[in-house]
Amino acid sequence: MNPRPRSFYVLAAIFGLFLLFLYGPTITIAILSFQGPEGGLTFPMRGVSLHWFRDLFQEQAVGDIWGSFGRSFVLGLMVMVTTVVVSVMGGLAFRKRFKGSAVLFQLVIASLVIPSILVSLGVGLIFSQAGLPVHWASSGFGAQLTWTVPFGLLIMFAVFNRFNPAYEEAARDQGATAWQTIRHVVLPIIAPSLLGVALFGFTLSYDEFARTLLTAGSRNTLPLEIYGMTTNVTTPVIFALGTLTTVFSFVVIGAFLLTLGAASRRRAKAGSDAGRAV
Amino acid sequence: MPPESISIAGSFETPPLVRPQRTRRGHLASRHVTGWLLAAPLAVVLLAFLVLPIIMIVVVSFWTATEFSIVPAFSWENYEFLLGSDVTWRVLLNTAKYAVVTWAITVVLGFTVAYFLAFHVRSQTWQTALFLLCTIPFWTSNIIRMISWIPFLGREGLANSALLSWGVIDEPLDWLLFSDFSVILAFVHLYTLFMVVPIFNTMMRIDRTLIEAANDAGASGFQTLWNVVLPLTRPGIMIGTIFVITLVMGDFITVRFMSGSQSANVGRLIQNDIGLLQYPSASATSVLLLIVTLMVIGILLRLVDIRKEL
Repeated sequence: MNPRPRSFYVLAAIFGLFLLFLYGPTITIAILSFQGPEGGLTFPMRGVSLHWFRDLFQEQAVGDIWGSFGRSFVLGLMVMVTTVVVSVMGGLAFRKRFKGSAVLFQLVIASLVIPSILVSLGVGLIFSQAGLPVHWASSGFGAQLTWTVPFGLLIMFAVFNRFNPAYEEAARDQGATAWQTIRHVVLPIIAPSLLGVALFGFTLSYDEFARTLLTAGSRNTLPLEIYGMTTNVTTPVIFALGTLTTVFSFVVIGAFLLTLGAASRRRAKAGSDAGRAV
Repeated sequence: MPPESISIAGSFETPPLVRPQRTRRGHLASRHVTGWLLAAPLAVVLLAFLVLPIIMIVVVSFWTATEFSIVPAFSWENYEFLLGSDVTWRVLLNTAKYAVVTWAITVVLGFTVAYFLAFHVRSQTWQTALFLLCTIPFWTSNIIRMISWIPFLGREGLANSALLSWGVIDEPLDWLLFSDFSVILAFVHLYTLFMVVPIFNTMMRIDRTLIEAANDAGASGFQTLWNVVLPLTRPGIMIGTIFVITLVMGDFITVRFMSGSQSANVGRLIQNDIGLLQYPSASATSVLLLIVTLMVIGILLRLVDIRKEL
C-alpha cells in the first residue's frame, strides 16, 4: 500500500475538528447537566450532583415532561410502522412506470422541499375549518408523515436501484405467485433496509417540531414541551432533559444498529450456498 | 454445469417475444392498476396532508380576519399589504442571505468531509464507522442541539472565557450568541450532514480507475480533484444543495432561537402572524415563501435527476 500523502493528515485533522464541532456542544450540556444545585447555564461547575435530573421527576418543577414523552414515543411508533408500510408499497409501485407515476414522484419531492411550517399551518387550517379538533394522533400524525414517508421512499428507491431482478425471475420461473415472490424473496432481501426506514420513521417523528407545532392540539409532544421550556426555564434542568432525550435517541439508534448487525450475521451464517457447490 | 441448465438459462429471454398481442395489452392495463394499488397509501397521505393543506393555504390567503376569527372572502388585501411593505422585502433578502451563506459553508465543509471519507479512509470498517459518526446527530433532536450552543457562545460561555484567558480579547464578545453569526453557526451545525451524505454517496460510486488514469496521465492531486472528482460529484452536491436551501429557507425556529428574536426570516413572519391568529395574512406570506422556494428548487432540479442518483 502506498504511504499516505500529506493531504491525508490535513484532511484527517479537518475531519476531527468537524466531529468535535458536531458533538462538542452535546457533550458540553451533558457535563453541565450534572451541575450542583447552585449552578447556572454556563461553566464553571458549582459542584457535581444529580439535582437537575431529580427535578425532572418532580412534575411541578417542569410541567408535563413524562406525559409528553409518552405521547412522542407512541406517535413515533405509529409513524414508524406507517412509514415502513407506505414506503415499501410505494417503492414497489415505482419500480414500473404507471400512468401518473411521474406526477406522484414530483409530489414526493415537493413533500421534501415544501417548508414544514406550511404543512403545519395548512393541516391546522383544514382541521379547524372542518370543525375537527387538532390532536397529535390525527393531524399531528398526518403532518409528520409528509416528512418521514418521502425519506422512506428515497431509501426504497436506492434499495430497488440496486436490487437484482434475477432473484424474482427465478422465483417466478419456479411458479411462485406475485405475492409469494414478494413475501418470500423480495422482502427478506430488503429487510435490513426496512430497519433503516423504520429508524428514520421513528427518530424523525420523535424529534419533529415544526410540523407538530400547529397540529398537536392542547397536549404537547416532547419537542414542543422542550421548546416551551426554552422560553421560561433558566436552570440546568433543561440540559438534564436534553441529555436524557439525547441518551434515549442514542439507545434507539444503537438498538437499530445492533439488530441490523445481528440480522446480517445470521444471514451470513444461514445464507446462500452460492459458490460452494460440491 | 450440465447441458440442460444452459438451455434453461437461454430460454429466459424468449417468452416476451412469443407472447400474443392481446395478453400484452391486458398486462399493460394491469400494470397501471397494480401500480396505483401499491401507490394508493402514498397518494392518500400526500393528497390529504400535503396537497389539500397547500390548497387550503392558498384559499385562506384571500380571506380576511377579524380580531377573533377568519372570514371567507375574496380579497387581495393580504397580498397588497404583504407586497407593499418594505419589511417583507428586507426579510426576504435576509432569508436569502442565510440560505446563501449557509450553503457556501456547508458545501465546502461537506465536500471536504465526504472526500476524506471516500478517498482517504482505506479500511471499509473505518469508513462505515466514521460515516455513522457523521450521521448520528441527524437522528437526535434539533432543538436540543441548538440549546447546547448556549454554554459555548454566551457572554460567560466557553468561547469567551477561552479567548479572554488567551488574551485575544479584552472583554467578552457580544455577537457570539443571539446574532446572525450564531444563526448561521447553528444552521451549519444542523445541516452539514445533508451535504455529507449525498456527496459521499456519489463519491463512492466514482469508478476508481478514473482516478488512477488521471494519476497515470500526470495530473497532480489537486488537478484530479478539480477536473475528475468534482465534476463527477456534482449530482450529490446538487441534492445536498436542495436539502440545505429548502431547510434554511423554510426555517423559523433556528432563527428565532439563535438570534434571540432579533433577526427575522420569512418563516418568522409567518410564525408571528400565526401567534396573532392572523391566519389569512400568515397564509399569504406562506404562499410567497412557497413560490420562492419552488422557483429555486425548480431551477436546481433541472440540473440533476434525483431518481437516477439514489
